[in-house]
Amino acid sequence: MTSARRLATANIGVAVGAFAIATGMALMQALSRANLDLPWRSAKMYYLSVTAHGVLMALVFTTFFIMGLGVWLATAALERPLRAPRVGWASFWIAVLGAAAASWAILWGKATVLYTFYPPLQAHAAFYIGLTLVVVGSWVWSGVVIATYRAWRAEHPTLPAPLAVHGLLATIIVWLIATVGVAAEMLFQLIPWSLGYVDRIDPLLARMLFWYFGHPLVYFWLLPAYIVWYTVLPRVAGGKLFSDPLARMVFAAFIVLSTPVGFHHQFMDPGIAAGWKAFHAFNTLWILFPSFVTAFTVLASLEVAGRMRGATGLFNWVGKLPWGDPLVSSVLLSMLLFALGGFGGAVNASFGLNSMVHNTAWVQGHFHLTVGSAVALTFMGTAYWLVPKLVQRELELSLLAKVQPYLWFVGMNLFSLANHITGLEGMPRRVFDASYLGAAPAAQWRGLTGISAVGGLLLFVSASFFLLVMLGTVLAGKRTEPPVVAFAEPLEGQPPARGLWDRYGLWVTVAIVLVVAAYAVPLAQHLHMERFGSAGFKPF
Amino acid sequence: MHVHPYERFWMWAAVAIIVLFIVTMGAGLFGQGIRPPSHIETIDPRAVWTDPRFADRGVTTNADGSVTVTAIAMMFAFNPSEIRVSAGRRVTFRLTSPDVQHGFQIVGTNANTMVVPGYVSEFTTVFDSPGEYLIVCNEYCGLGHHAMMGKLIVEAAP
Repeated sequence: MTSARRLATANIGVAVGAFAIATGMALMQALSRANLDLPWRSAKMYYLSVTAHGVLMALVFTTFFIMGLGVWLATAALERPLRAPRVGWASFWIAVLGAAAASWAILWGKATVLYTFYPPLQAHAAFYIGLTLVVVGSWVWSGVVIATYRAWRAEHPTLPAPLAVHGLLATIIVWLIATVGVAAEMLFQLIPWSLGYVDRIDPLLARMLFWYFGHPLVYFWLLPAYIVWYTVLPRVAGGKLFSDPLARMVFAAFIVLSTPVGFHHQFMDPGIAAGWKAFHAFNTLWILFPSFVTAFTVLASLEVAGRMRGATGLFNWVGKLPWGDPLVSSVLLSMLLFALGGFGGAVNASFGLNSMVHNTAWVQGHFHLTVGSAVALTFMGTAYWLVPKLVQRELELSLLAKVQPYLWFVGMNLFSLANHITGLEGMPRRVFDASYLGAAPAAQWRGLTGISAVGGLLLFVSASFFLLVMLGTVLAGKRTEPPVVAFAEPLEGQPPARGLWDRYGLWVTVAIVLVVAAYAVPLAQHLHMERFGSAGFKPF
Repeated sequence: MHVHPYERFWMWAAVAIIVLFIVTMGAGLFGQGIRPPSHIETIDPRAVWTDPRFADRGVTTNADGSVTVTAIAMMFAFNPSEIRVSAGRRVTFRLTSPDVQHGFQIVGTNANTMVVPGYVSEFTTVFDSPGEYLIVCNEYCGLGHHAMMGKLIVEAAP
């Protein structure tokens, strides 16, 4: 157990470190958005900071946090040690090496290609190889978690996996299917091209492979948050899980629905037929279903918690919840923000409406509600609950931890609302300077970009509180005994036997069938067309 | 599997909402012909400046009264940078890039497309309101990205 605890701590430590650097980058962007003429403000620094913020938050912070949480969940919920802990450490060091290489390339200005790294923008090879190593590390980690589960299953031949592990296995399956796309893009296109082995690559094929990966990537981030919502939140709030089988259904649904949807990021692309875009759009809308079910089950579990705490009226259970607990408030506020993000997501997925918002500030407003709140705020709340258990110390600076989620909520509302509106008014995303030589629409954006900058500053203060609490806890928290770990009990008791939703082989098969249905024909047509590749450009 | 009646009701409601969304989009697609820019045509990005399809840049009027706008999106400008069309006419845009990926967005309208080197983007729209519109690049293309802009002038129909 101690080995798994150390491994989880190391992973989460790297995640928090990446978060810290990325937070500094976000501050620079907020100040830039406010048009403050600071001495270091330049287009070069701005685009570098957008790249660093995106890669470190979306790819490094999330992946390491999920690896740490996963190692801990597997051992704590299965109540057995990790299989092959040395291989687990190898996964960590491979990913650290990769993250370091990619960070070097970015921070030294050799990879200002943003976190979507669309060719023919060409980064230093260390950027592509580094990110590939992060993925390879996560594959090794996946193998260790699966091996640990299989060892447990051999000892418990009829029992279903504990819900937390069921969710973790779904996360891993989604990730293994998704990363096939980015691995193909890296290994067959970007790495040989950046090393000079091939002169030209097809930018549209790269986009197709990237978004094959890029959409299920968001479920790789989201599912661990859902694990916390289902299995930790009801317990900490003092209640029970409303429905175990539906929670299992939700995770199985994500295995099936996550991947055959990538073209909804490419509605505005040339070279892909409208019919295939529509097919992916229709598939996309079904992903709303498991999240709708999650909203019901998690809220019902919270009502159970409120009633177990003595609420009797129709709605007063809301007030009975422990809103001062940083895990509970983080998750509740992240759910509120995610509900807004979900509405926006339905807009993005509808391709008529998408033409109004594609690549505008709306998009960054949207994904800061989803990955930037539903995921990141849940992870911060999870850290308040988990890190004291990992380092066996009490949470230090707990007042800051209490305030931090609320500050995030206020800051994110300002930031996100302002970006949604300026996006609808046509302001493009990721521009160093949105003044466009004083063009009339650009003048209209000014007040709102100021509000988004204020939101960004509040988010920076909130993130700093989080980092201070983490640092304080690890360095100065009062030492505690090894904690007793318990997950939420289902209202109707643990399921006695494996059911339909626990049949991973079946769901993987359905998922692969859908992926083939969604991608085989358009990809084959694409590869058969006469195409001209592009040489690399480094305009940064 | 036991499911609480309220949750069962909620799940059916969720399915109904999703079906409604799909029907709405389907009606737009099949009924009104609302299509995103999905034209399939390739071009050698090294030969964009000499390719006959992009030799005649700017606005050309077709036999049926509609117009075609041919333009190149490049680091960090649109060529031509100023486009003049009449209100109420069908306007077909044809765009490509000789270097990296760009975006082409006419602020305040639904004209929005990716411009990917090696491919020709094509879409058709109608501008109803006369006036001056800002054209921006909305895909990061390098350090001059925010300076990449153009102008669309929609003139009142004669």
